[in-house]
Amino acid sequence: MTDWKVGTVTDTRTETPTGRSITISVDGWPGNLAGQHLDLRLTAPDGYQAVRSYSIASVGDATSVQLAVDRFPTGEVSPYLVDEVLPGDQLEVKGPLGRWFVWTPEDTRPIQLIAGGSGIVPLIAMARAHAMAGSTTPFRLLYSVRTPEDRFFADDLAALESETFHVDYVYTRSTPADWPTPPGRVTREVIEAVTIPASDSPGVFVCGPTGFVEAVARSLVDLGHQPQSVKTERFGG
Amino acid sequence: MAVFSRGFGGRTRESSPDLPPGQFLTEDFPVLSAGPTPRIDTAEWSFSIRTETGAQHAWNWDEFRALPSELVSTDIHCVTRWSKLGTSWRGVSLDTLFEEVESSYDYVMAHSYGGYTTNLPLEDLLDGKAWIAYEFDGEDLDPEHGGPARLLVPHLYFWKSAKWVRGLVMMKDDEPGFWEQNGYHTYGDPWQEQRYW
Repeated sequence: MTDWKVGTVTDTRTETPTGRSITISVDGWPGNLAGQHLDLRLTAPDGYQAVRSYSIASVGDATSVQLAVDRFPTGEVSPYLVDEVLPGDQLEVKGPLGRWFVWTPEDTRPIQLIAGGSGIVPLIAMARAHAMAGSTTPFRLLYSVRTPEDRFFADDLAALESETFHVDYVYTRSTPADWPTPPGRVTREVIEAVTIPASDSPGVFVCGPTGFVEAVARSLVDLGHQPQSVKTERFGG
Repeated sequence: MAVFSRGFGGRTRESSPDLPPGQFLTEDFPVLSAGPTPRIDTAEWSFSIRTETGAQHAWNWDEFRALPSELVSTDIHCVTRWSKLGTSWRGVSLDTLFEEVESSYDYVMAHSYGGYTTNLPLEDLLDGKAWIAYEFDGEDLDPEHGGPARLLVPHLYFWKSAKWVRGLVMMKDDEPGFWEQNGYHTYGDPWQEQRYW
């Protein structure tokens, strides 16, 4: 079992009206694979502690990690990370954790990523790993958000787009002004229209709120994807 | 010695003697699973226990539901750090299911529809500690929470309570199941914080 390591916040960036990304420098961080998570521990002056798990948006050997956090209004950790924490502040992390929901360049299948909201975090790590490795494997991301302002990592994703990585957005509440389709959910028809078909035998990674992941995973199986090739990660109740 | 996080006061100060270390209380019922939710028709469902002799004890849905059931009120603790206190289940005790089973092996691999597996010591399944549960809060168990029936072993982290369970296979040695191969602890006692390798 790995130990708690001290992390120092080096950068924060507002991503959405309710979320931001945080970069943390961690002494002795061994690096991490794309899709892994960590445990983050906060300690109050009287010794009270709270621990939560967060997916990691960064990948590779660096001794810093990037997280992205969406404020959960009744939570006690996410409001602190979104509204309070500043560069120079210290906290503790343990990890990297998880060996299932990961992508490595040795996986040469076409890869379809499907994210809902802050579920983009482990999936952008995979897109970054794909770019870093110079992998020529086709990658495609379907990213569902409520409005254009709710996109995490919008500029980073735009910069990652290439001949082998394509991003499709689905807006569920409101769209950009010139958008060709009205807002709507990620239905089976949407998935069929803008994802790698089951006939190409892709690996599929789905991350988002439980209801989103349930619906998407079910549609994927209905569209002929093998359940074993669909990996899911869920958050929230 | 932990470092202090400037400006962090802690909002809810959840403390309960029933809350294991490093856990927080939730009123929701979050979901942790590795892939799509299998949909199993009870007409196709069966549950079996297989021993080292090849002997197989099997129940179809009607036979299983005809067994005596118990109402179980218990706390559950997920390795992803949520705990839910006072949950209510109905299921068949593993003591009932093991009544006719003879085995000299001490370990069990639970197998689920969809291919998920998890390993447990047999003694953690007996003496009123484990059930095959088919109702939650008086309702049929939802597929996303493991329905039609899941293993319920509430004294261990909840990944041990395999969803969509279809059978138990006796094992001579303790071999790792699915999550145990993917980073989680082989036993998973929440009071010892046995989360990861």
